[in-house]
Amino acid sequence: MKTLGDAWAWLTDSAHWAGDDGIWHRLTQHLVLTVVCLLLSCLIALPVALVLGHLGRGGALAVNISNVGRAVPTFAVLVLLLLTPLGKWGEGPTVVALVLFAVPPLLTNAYVGMRGVDRSIVQAARGMGMTGRQMLWRVELPLALPLVLSGIRIAAVQLVATATIAALAGGGGLGRIITAGFNLASTAQVVAGAVLVAVFALLVEGVFEAAERLAPGWARARGRAG
Amino acid sequence: MTAIPDDCLARNEWICGEYLSTRRQILIDAVVQHLQLTAVSVLIALVVAVPLAVLARRWEWAAGPVLALTTILYTIPSLAMFSLLLPVYGLSAALVVAGLVLYSLTLLVRNILAGLRAVPEDTRQAARGMGYGPIRLLLTVELPLALPAAMAGLRIATVSAVSLATVGAIVGFGGLGNLIYAGMNTYFKAQVLTASVLCVVIAVAADLLLLGVQRLLTPWTRAVRS
Repeated sequence: MKTLGDAWAWLTDSAHWAGDDGIWHRLTQHLVLTVVCLLLSCLIALPVALVLGHLGRGGALAVNISNVGRAVPTFAVLVLLLLTPLGKWGEGPTVVALVLFAVPPLLTNAYVGMRGVDRSIVQAARGMGMTGRQMLWRVELPLALPLVLSGIRIAAVQLVATATIAALAGGGGLGRIITAGFNLASTAQVVAGAVLVAVFALLVEGVFEAAERLAPGWARARGRAG
Repeated sequence: MTAIPDDCLARNEWICGEYLSTRRQILIDAVVQHLQLTAVSVLIALVVAVPLAVLARRWEWAAGPVLALTTILYTIPSLAMFSLLLPVYGLSAALVVAGLVLYSLTLLVRNILAGLRAVPEDTRQAARGMGYGPIRLLLTVELPLALPAAMAGLRIATVSAVSLATVGAIVGFGGLGNLIYAGMNTYFKAQVLTASVLCVVIAVAADLLLLGVQRLLTPWTRAVRS
């Protein structure tokens, strides 16, 4: 209990919120990293998944990429990228690693969602004389939306987690408060940083959860894939 | 007279045979620690997850809270999880094991519960009709039928644990993660790449091993297919 009190005291000390090592700066870094990488990953993964899903090809590949992704340690990839020439480019290694780990869940969920659309509905749309493009936008994508959204949610939470580990490899973000705490042997700071990260991750999960609940019935998640 | 060593170690190359031969013992120790951390964590998680899933199946009202709690734990990033457990376990291997157990729980409980729920009601009725008591029904009918789903969860949990264990380097108990962490600070490319590759090899090997175990334990699933 004493540690929790110390951590609380650390958190409520206004000196720890200001400056380049301060909580506000780290929080902003974490948020910007997460949002930018989520947008980048969506731009890469979603068009590919939608086209593959529409054509009904490459599905095994999409799912396999997702499974292989689990076996590769995030921390190892971060350090490997850091030691390449990319390491000289500030947050470069972090951004690349984050996008690399966010693409598989986006790809798999969107693809599975597209393939999960009832074939008879697609046949009916074709019978009505819809072109492939119309079918994709007006029939398949709306019906696949729940799984696409749940892929985005998984990716977002994963990005928050990966951005935290990035601090271990010299990146910015809230994880830096934890690693700095370890270097200073300050349990109070380590725990305070961990609480900040945990709350941030749970908030992101909560925001997506709320968004899914507010979405109209047909767009609500029926389940998750990958 | 000894020549100035001009090998791949001195040139700091990514792939280096010299590194493998000179640091063999260090590598073996790291692999052993990595295997111990993941094996112990997954086994403890399994011992906790089976009763939890069985209870959640018996009393449906318990399923909601159990799943919610394990999902919340899964949302917390690994670096934060290890840091939050610091006041309880200190800088020890137990800290890393405890963190990995909490992560594996989500995947295991979710999958075992799904497997138990998928047991056909007819099958349960038939077993009851044959005079099976609740314990015998659970041990000889329900759990074996839930095995494929449970094993799928166990495989994902194991592969994830292998990759997450590397983050344990922050407290000095990360198995191969220790070598990656040390290699990052000294810019030692061969060490970082070798340890990373070994991590992936362990993950893939563990996955294949569990797949083999699953096939041995569930001969009936193959009989149906052929």
